Amino acid sequence: MPHRLLRFGLSKKYNEPRMFRSPEQLKKSYDVVIIGAGGHGLATAYYLARDHGITNVAVLERAYIGGGGTGRNTAIVRANYLTPEGVAFYDESVRLFQDLSADFDLNLFYSQRGHFTLAHSDASLRTMRWRAEVNKHLGVDSELVDTAFIKEKCPHIDLSCGGHAPVMGALFHPPGAIARHDAVAWGYGRGADQRGVEIHQQTEVTGILVEGDKVTGVQTNRGTVETSKVVCAVAGYTPPLLEMVGIKTPLVIQPLQACVSEPLKPWLDTIIVSASLHLYVSQSSRGELVTGASLDPYPIHSTRSTLDFVEGLSGHLLDLFPFLGDVKIMRQWAGLSDVTPDFSPIMGLSPVEGFYLDAGWGTWGFKATPVCGKTMSYTVAENKPHPLIEPFRLSRFKEFELVGEKGAASVGH
Amino acid sequence: MTDPIFIERLPAAGDEWIDRDQRLCFSFEGRCHRAYAGDTVSSALWGNGVRLLGRSFKYHRPRGVYSMCGHDANVMLEDGETPNIRGDTTLVEDGMELTAVNTVGSLRHDLAGLNDRMSGFLPVGFYYKAFHTPSWMFPNWERMIRGIAGLGKVNPAAEWKPSPKGYDACDVLIVGGGPSGMAAALAAGRAGGRVVLVEDTRCLGGSLCYAGATAPESAATVNSMRDELEKLENVEVRLNTSVRGCYSENWLAFIGPGGLTKMRATAVVVATGAYEQPAVFRHNDLPGVMLGTAAQRLVHLYRVKPMQRALVLVGNDYGYGVALDLKAAGVEIAAVADFRETIGKGELVHDVKTAGIEILAGQGVYEARPAGGLVGIKGARVCPVNSAGTGLSTSATNVNCDGIVMATGWAPAGDLIGQAGGRLDYVPEAAQFRPGELPPGMFAAGRVNGVFGVDARLEDGEHAGGQAAAFAAGKEVPARRRPADEITAPSYPYPIIKHPKGKAFVDFDEDVQVKDIVNAVKEGYDSVELVKRYATVGMGPSQGKISNLNSSRVLATATGQAVGAVGYTTFRPFTRPTTIGELAGRRFHPDRRTPIHSRHQAAGAVFMHAGAWLRPEYYGPLVRHQAIVREVQAVRRRAGVIDVGTLGKIDVCGADAAEFLERMYTGRFSDLKLGKCRYALMCDESGVVADDGMSARLGDDRFYVTTTSSGSAAIVREMKRWAIIWGLEVTIIDHTGQFGALNLAGPESRRILGRLTDLDIGADSFEYLGFRQAVVAGVNCRLMRVGFVGELGYELHVPAQHAAVLWDAVVEAGQPEEIMPFGVEAQRLLRMEKGHQIIGQDTDALTTPLEAGLAWAVKMAKPFFIGQRSLKIIAPRPNVRSLAGFVMHDSTVMPAECHLVVDGDEICGRVTSIARSPTLGQVIGMAYMRPDQTIPGTVIDICVEGRLVQAEVVKLPFYDPSNERQKS
Repeated sequence: MPHRLLRFGLSKKYNEPRMFRSPEQLKKSYDVVIIGAGGHGLATAYYLARDHGITNVAVLERAYIGGGGTGRNTAIVRANYLTPEGVAFYDESVRLFQDLSADFDLNLFYSQRGHFTLAHSDASLRTMRWRAEVNKHLGVDSELVDTAFIKEKCPHIDLSCGGHAPVMGALFHPPGAIARHDAVAWGYGRGADQRGVEIHQQTEVTGILVEGDKVTGVQTNRGTVETSKVVCAVAGYTPPLLEMVGIKTPLVIQPLQACVSEPLKPWLDTIIVSASLHLYVSQSSRGELVTGASLDPYPIHSTRSTLDFVEGLSGHLLDLFPFLGDVKIMRQWAGLSDVTPDFSPIMGLSPVEGFYLDAGWGTWGFKATPVCGKTMSYTVAENKPHPLIEPFRLSRFKEFELVGEKGAASVGH
Repeated sequence: MTDPIFIERLPAAGDEWIDRDQRLCFSFEGRCHRAYAGDTVSSALWGNGVRLLGRSFKYHRPRGVYSMCGHDANVMLEDGETPNIRGDTTLVEDGMELTAVNTVGSLRHDLAGLNDRMSGFLPVGFYYKAFHTPSWMFPNWERMIRGIAGLGKVNPAAEWKPSPKGYDACDVLIVGGGPSGMAAALAAGRAGGRVVLVEDTRCLGGSLCYAGATAPESAATVNSMRDELEKLENVEVRLNTSVRGCYSENWLAFIGPGGLTKMRATAVVVATGAYEQPAVFRHNDLPGVMLGTAAQRLVHLYRVKPMQRALVLVGNDYGYGVALDLKAAGVEIAAVADFRETIGKGELVHDVKTAGIEILAGQGVYEARPAGGLVGIKGARVCPVNSAGTGLSTSATNVNCDGIVMATGWAPAGDLIGQAGGRLDYVPEAAQFRPGELPPGMFAAGRVNGVFGVDARLEDGEHAGGQAAAFAAGKEVPARRRPADEITAPSYPYPIIKHPKGKAFVDFDEDVQVKDIVNAVKEGYDSVELVKRYATVGMGPSQGKISNLNSSRVLATATGQAVGAVGYTTFRPFTRPTTIGELAGRRFHPDRRTPIHSRHQAAGAVFMHAGAWLRPEYYGPLVRHQAIVREVQAVRRRAGVIDVGTLGKIDVCGADAAEFLERMYTGRFSDLKLGKCRYALMCDESGVVADDGMSARLGDDRFYVTTTSSGSAAIVREMKRWAIIWGLEVTIIDHTGQFGALNLAGPESRRILGRLTDLDIGADSFEYLGFRQAVVAGVNCRLMRVGFVGELGYELHVPAQHAAVLWDAVVEAGQPEEIMPFGVEAQRLLRMEKGHQIIGQDTDALTTPLEAGLAWAVKMAKPFFIGQRSLKIIAPRPNVRSLAGFVMHDSTVMPAECHLVVDGDEICGRVTSIARSPTLGQVIGMAYMRPDQTIPGTVIDICVEGRLVQAEVVKLPFYDPSNERQKS
């Protein structure tokens, strides 16, 4: 029994403070308005307050804290990307994640499990080697491993893959982890709130005021506020917000689905990903299998689940773990992914002064939460892009300086 | 082995679900039990006097029968093969050996039961508040927590069993075979059209199967409707079939005896009934406390006497019927406690009074008094309820009983409505959620629709069936209307009594207590979605079916809102957890085989997967390397033949065919002459290399185009998409599966081909990049003179059914030259010697033709092609990287494909292809590198397993730079 729990049993009263206040009214003006109280928005607010002393900040959320991608992803954290820019960025995120529970004094169940990306063909083995080589060159712990190693770490896997497309090897990334995703948003929310940031839930942005090329305020369903800096951190809802300020991006919104099984006793200690099978699976601390696939192959702004998805996913789960036939799927859901052509995010300044973009999060947003907060807060405070996100600027699409992460991001969560 | 336990049931009744002629034996926690066929595990055990059926997830508290209809998430069993078997709905099979999941030791002596004593130390979200400091301890804590959490165990040796899947379509689908569902089916059936009625239990009737005193005439009603339904040939009834999800456009998934059925219904009538909801008080979770309908199910369906002496806790008139049912079953009724100050005047109330049962008006249960070890109860403390809905404990009185039966209200089983995008609205006067606006083609009837009287349900069903039939027939849909319903107050608004000592459970799956929700709100988790995520209400295996409503009620009170304003969490599939096996079905993994497959097998080919295709990697019996060398040498010195039937093969026809290719591909095709073919390179809109192949002109308005094997399906799709967008007069015909193809290559190939055709194939008459249509080996054939492997060669394309004949003829004709079939590996090596790129291997998701050495195939001066705009922007800039050839002088350390080309810390590029060339006798490769490194003679560093090895850049191609051989 950890001593921290003693106070609950020994006290008659429940004295836990609120995680976040719910302010009655919006103030007239804020130094910074952040749209979206997901992990990214709240992390940006947290670091603005903690590292840059900017506390007159409002985070506006149309629904509830962490209700978008933050609460819908499959909670995998890793840094084994393909481009040097991507690796440096996500590696910093992994580093920040590792200390986050202590920073927040909130247990995020950040659990380092080891991350396998299986290769079922020559071609994917080549891509895995490429990633491993780039990772190693940049000091990230990744290795191309053989089937015996996979079997040792994940003894129940059927490497013959049902005889269909046998596993030939894998990219192994020991720092790969899972975390309690909702709690990441809550931790950032509490930290920001404690430092004076206001979080306004049920507050929908209906317009952004721009004079000349400068942001001057934000209109909401609860009134208008003045501000000279707006951060847009709304992932799947980015396009309509950008329309308000007249910015064009190549973003496409595609659903990403996932599902969860009934709780089982622990049997899977690693994170298993297969790009060929469009599958990733891990077992949560509660014992559920948390599993998902690639993006739905069409753009649609809908969070409705499909049967096709869960049928296909089930078949692929059995390819690797044929004994799961009697395990039950409890629930399936969908989220909205804002996908870029090069599978890297769009971050930093925009053509409208004072309007900062944190978008293009496709299927890789959760794992970037801390580093996004760090770099976006710097970018907003200094009004210049943090060096880590410079490659992710919006103008790269015009300049043809893409950061091609498709090989590492399209399924590999 | 001990004698099986068996206690005789109540006297037989006409509609019971057990078959007394068939006795079964099974074991539970090591004890043998008897059961009747038709018993569920829970009914058999409860009937045999077993009260401890399972333990709860968090506190490991004893749990027993609660709902008897699939929501008893704490009666979860395993048999060594299958985890998480539901006791309340799983039929007993002879010889079953069951144990409870998630116990430490045994169910009776569960060491984890200690958690219950420690519950004060385990507040809501306790795991967020501890275990993370010091951080090095967390992995140990986590291991412990993982071990304690989780329910059943998987058996890694369990074998996969295929499960069938079916598709179906109907005009009207009716979900639920209760009175309203049956009435709907009759109405829709009489209107014509195909009607399917699915019912998740073993017979029609729904709640009327166990309604007892609450609907005395029900058996006759059900029987006559069933007879009527049988007469309608257009109505199909599927029993034991449960609808698991409703997806867009009325696409529904059910699981039944035939596995998964996917049904497209034009109209759906949701007649799924209602989930009875528990009351909340201290110890409301212990064995002996159960829902009224659970007690009724035990009595009427399984003829089990649920308890000896019951306190019936009611909030509606229905509960009085339950009391009468129990009394009729020989249960002594200690009292009926009615939350309502003013009790109803209905017949059931009257009958209860007449029966001399004490009625405690305006009283609720303050707490249950646990029996020893919490296994069961020995009484209840009943107290007056004030207007705020809280109990007044000071005046609580003792009632002795071994069971508390709760009939305090309902929640609509509206899962499908929610999944389909419909809304449920809270109706305060009925203290119920009811369907609001429904999606097109969806109708609701009966209790799910907030209609409770049997006659009203029949009327509601009939009306909804008529609406659905009209919708399906495209006729005007009659307006929605509510029937007159004699039951106006089916639910008590707040059947919740807080207790200072807690253990008043809202969610049984997750052991969430009232105070947990209140405390979560205090901590700021004050919306229904946040409470769910923090307190885990509704996240367990029953997905909140008997907890979400009470959670919303507690939340509403704690936040000072109305229940309707608090709302509910999103409904998502599945309405009941569904096995991975049922969803996976038969796991259809087709392997594509070319029409020549059998010949490769006969020739000893070792196959590899190339996408869905199986292709010869090389031909045995030599070991891999030797076999490949032998095949390469045959092609270079004599002749070889390879099956290239996997290439995409497309006819592009129509007046705008040439214009279409001009736009799709980077090269020029309008000037391509009849009888000629040309390399065709395709880019995407960002100027990235997407695919390549050959394009031949068959006529003014007809081209024959090949694509890469892996790209064919996507390219056909993309071509069709663009053809529509551009509005060009062009037809795309995919011949990929219809044509077989082989490539006959090598210096002797002309001689061999000459033996098979009358076509003039002289070097001058059928020149390099020529195209002909002619008879070869008696087969109509399309011939292309191409040189992918760098030798004189012919690609021969024929209808698939003739491909093997052609293959045989070529192999036969080549005997004098010792022709040899060659596989994919030899081809890869041959093409690399010639410096030809493979799209996807020597290019990646960002490669432009300018970087890949393919600029020659891009005609920038054309008016338009896909990617041209981007390439115009990119072209003036220096390349970031370029593809170049290299050789290894020291070939003791062999880099692998995708090893990096580095310069100090800088990553300059990577090796894309590398192999030991039998022709050149050295290791050759291609790699991306900095453009300044591509000058022949430059020495580049390749990082191999942390070691730098040197390679010398050379000019491509490695082999036959003057192209003499392929043009010969």
